[in-house]
Amino acid sequence: MKLKGFKSHPYIPNSVPDVQNEMLKEIGLADLEELHSEIPEEIKLKKNMDLPKPIVSEYELERHVKEIIKKNKTCEDNINFLGGGCWQHHVPAICDEINSRGEFLTAYGGEPYNDLGRFQALFEYQSLVAELVDMDVVNVPTMDGAQAAATALRMAGRITGRTEVLVPALMDRDKFKIVNNYCKSALKLIEVDYDKKTGQLDLEDLKRKANENTAAVFFENPSFMGFIEEGGQEISDIAHEAGALSVVCVDPSSLGVIKPPSHYGADIVAGELQPLGMHMNYGGGQAGFTATRDEEKFVMEFPSRLFGITSTIENGEYGFGDVAYDRTSFGHHRHEGKEYVGTQTALWGITAGVYLALMGPVGMVELGQTIMQNVQYAIAKIDEIDDVKASAFDSTSFKEFVVDFNKTGRTVEEINGKLMEKGIFGGKDLSKDFPQMGQAALYCVTEIHTKSDIDKLADALKACL
Amino acid sequence: MERINRDFKVNKNFHQAKWDEPIIFELHKNGERGVVAPKADEEIARTVGDGISKIPEGMLRDEAPNLPEISQARVVRHYTRLSQMTLGADVNMEIGQGTCTVKYSPKINERLARLPEMTEIHPLQDESTVQGILEIMHKTDLFLREISGMDRFSFQPSGGSQAIMAMAAIARAYHESRGEGDTRDEIITTIYSHPSDAAAPAVMGYKIIYINPDENGYPDLEAFKAAASERTAAFFIANPEDTGVYNTRVQEFTETMKEVGALSCYDQANANGLLGITRAKEAGFDMSFFNLHKTFSTPHGCGGPATGALGVLDHLVKFLPGPLIDFDGEKYFQNHDIVDSANSIGKVRMFNGVAPVVLKAYSWIMSLGAEGLYEVAKVAVLNNNYMFRKLMELDVVDAQYIRGKQRVEQVRYTIEKLFNDTGITTEDVQRRMMDFGMHYWASHHPYYVAEPMTLEPTESPSKEDIDEYVETLKHIFQEAYENPDLIKSAPHQSTCHQLKEESLDNPAEWAITWRSYLKKTSV
Repeated sequence: MKLKGFKSHPYIPNSVPDVQNEMLKEIGLADLEELHSEIPEEIKLKKNMDLPKPIVSEYELERHVKEIIKKNKTCEDNINFLGGGCWQHHVPAICDEINSRGEFLTAYGGEPYNDLGRFQALFEYQSLVAELVDMDVVNVPTMDGAQAAATALRMAGRITGRTEVLVPALMDRDKFKIVNNYCKSALKLIEVDYDKKTGQLDLEDLKRKANENTAAVFFENPSFMGFIEEGGQEISDIAHEAGALSVVCVDPSSLGVIKPPSHYGADIVAGELQPLGMHMNYGGGQAGFTATRDEEKFVMEFPSRLFGITSTIENGEYGFGDVAYDRTSFGHHRHEGKEYVGTQTALWGITAGVYLALMGPVGMVELGQTIMQNVQYAIAKIDEIDDVKASAFDSTSFKEFVVDFNKTGRTVEEINGKLMEKGIFGGKDLSKDFPQMGQAALYCVTEIHTKSDIDKLADALKACL
Repeated sequence: MERINRDFKVNKNFHQAKWDEPIIFELHKNGERGVVAPKADEEIARTVGDGISKIPEGMLRDEAPNLPEISQARVVRHYTRLSQMTLGADVNMEIGQGTCTVKYSPKINERLARLPEMTEIHPLQDESTVQGILEIMHKTDLFLREISGMDRFSFQPSGGSQAIMAMAAIARAYHESRGEGDTRDEIITTIYSHPSDAAAPAVMGYKIIYINPDENGYPDLEAFKAAASERTAAFFIANPEDTGVYNTRVQEFTETMKEVGALSCYDQANANGLLGITRAKEAGFDMSFFNLHKTFSTPHGCGGPATGALGVLDHLVKFLPGPLIDFDGEKYFQNHDIVDSANSIGKVRMFNGVAPVVLKAYSWIMSLGAEGLYEVAKVAVLNNNYMFRKLMELDVVDAQYIRGKQRVEQVRYTIEKLFNDTGITTEDVQRRMMDFGMHYWASHHPYYVAEPMTLEPTESPSKEDIDEYVETLKHIFQEAYENPDLIKSAPHQSTCHQLKEESLDNPAEWAITWRSYLKKTSV
């Protein structure tokens, strides 16, 4: 039986039968069926696949897809307080403008000559993030912040030749799973306890666990629970005393106002770029960065591509290329290179660069300040509600905080259900991942929240408790 | 006015956009602003103060980051210019990036992915509020099942290489569940599969065994059988491999794996020419993945965001990273049971799938249907073999293996004769191709084919495009004999001239950031 094709399809110029016949003739074939002669007959499909009928016209296709996705309820039409690894920030129009450019959108693995713009934009992104974290080396971005953390730890494992890493017990459980899966063959993750009142890393427990097997002490600032980890320097010191590296995961949107980890002893810094100009995209805007000092022992352990600036044979001309390309799995050593590299999130890297170029130093300070003011206001408003405690931890929050609902007798699930009826997306339910905290939720407030948004939340919470 | 002569086959008048842009930091002007962040409401400021004085002692940043200050219009101009100096698929006939499957990415799909119903949804929203995207993910899973024969897909991996890593993790979890986690410590791959087919399993702790090609370019079956043992965890292979040669005995390979109790994992990066023709399941694979940014056009985005949609047979579903998307007849939901079970590898990515990428793949499949996907495969292979024929007619081009037979999705050629005759290398030709606005790719490293040239037309270029590409190559090959210096010193009409590359490998000189460049070049 002859399978059916689709002639004169708008995306396939050579689906025109006359052209096909001409080309077939040139290669000595009479029919398209004679192509694929190398595929064994017994594994060839004998009929067309069972897929929905194609929607031929662009208009109908648009109608069809829109009809489905319009079922989504957005954070534009509702008030959203979800964070937990993906955060709602303002995305400047220019970020979308630049990452919609067909040239960037459809480029891939061209060379530093015909893709000079891609190389320069990514070099600039590296350079801009480098200022934010105050370090000299930043990579072309990886999949997400969790992957960046996982790679930072594998790097630490190779640099120290050790087999354990200490991680905070209050780490996002999903991130823990990702890092554990990625590091399992080389590193054991050991959790460090926290102070039940403040949430801060328990330094005594850390001291007990840091030893000659420790490759890295890993912590997050702000922590997953949103508060600022105050003992950055002490934690780094404990790591260094044990001969381990200090690896810190950071929220880049905090770095206009909060000290970068390199100022309190971090050797490798990782983080999530999504706050810097990417829409939430149902979690599709994630991208991870890793930063180190410019020392050979660090640079040579990066698995990612690192774009460097260089001169050309023409006076006064900038050029760009891969730094130490052969350390990657694309180089001559393949699997003996550092981890692996492949398609990751370059377009989001370019976008993060655009964001930082637009925000400038003043913008990043303003951003941090607005977020902190809004958060403090939100905590105060929610804390006024009877039987509700905000925040659950006695520490300073950056853009997220834990709301303790235990005394209300209601579950977070119930509360969030009620809030949704009022067009509010309540915070992430922590009761499953952190049962020790009971009915608690992680709330996120950023620069996009107005006083009225926060007041509505507080009123809605009061009404439903 | 005289008639303007446009009667030429090679576009010698091309010049790529060259703006000679400064580095963004050089655009700094004290006090300029690109965008203003929202300020807290006055009443909030009155109530809580400045916000930042609550930052614990020692954690306040004492100096603002040293970012440049630039007005908005200049930022737009800068990045628009950089985009113009980037040779995306929208501006060139994509033939030269062999193995990358760079095809036309329909604009309508991009527009749909950028609607607020996609961009302004949070991954932790209640399922009832994200029924649209869950439906898209579930239906795309169903489509990919039909296209591959696999039983279930996860959209967790956000790229092909991450999908390979996830497959290796699944192999590990599978063997651990059978009490063989420690003894099965080897993974077999081939030298013509992607380097990540070796590198990502190595990250998961596996010892890597490479199989060389036999005289026909097929992975050496005898060597493979000799390598397969009770130590083998899995086999990772692309088919066709990067040479474009389809391994006709693929079933014997997957059968061999079954005999030794190991898994067969299919890297379907080169699946484009096989859509609707043959599937992973019938070839005997246990797992496979599709690059949605390649085969399904979503597009490449300078190297991501992407998705390596990972499909497995029933017996491996419990190991998949999740959550998976299910439909109970009324509503779509995230099934967390698998990811929370002890068997699952857990997660490889924070949130499920790269949603806009999955949406664009869905829309692309819907615009083609089964008949369109079949047409894609037929035309991609027609284009490839048409170009193969045209190039093999040239004296300086050759392609090892299976002479006289067809290739599938791309061809790895060799221009060794050109090199022997003229001293012109494949890299020289690559740089010269840029003077005509075309990509050209040699090969991954190390080169197993001498002076390699890997080209993949896909279904997107027209016959005229392919003819022009071939004519341009012919023109350059002729130049190689007549004026080799012109090629050696290329590019001349691209965005910049030849790089001085030595500094890029020298720790004392390399500069990965602008600040590092300033430090290392200060006088």
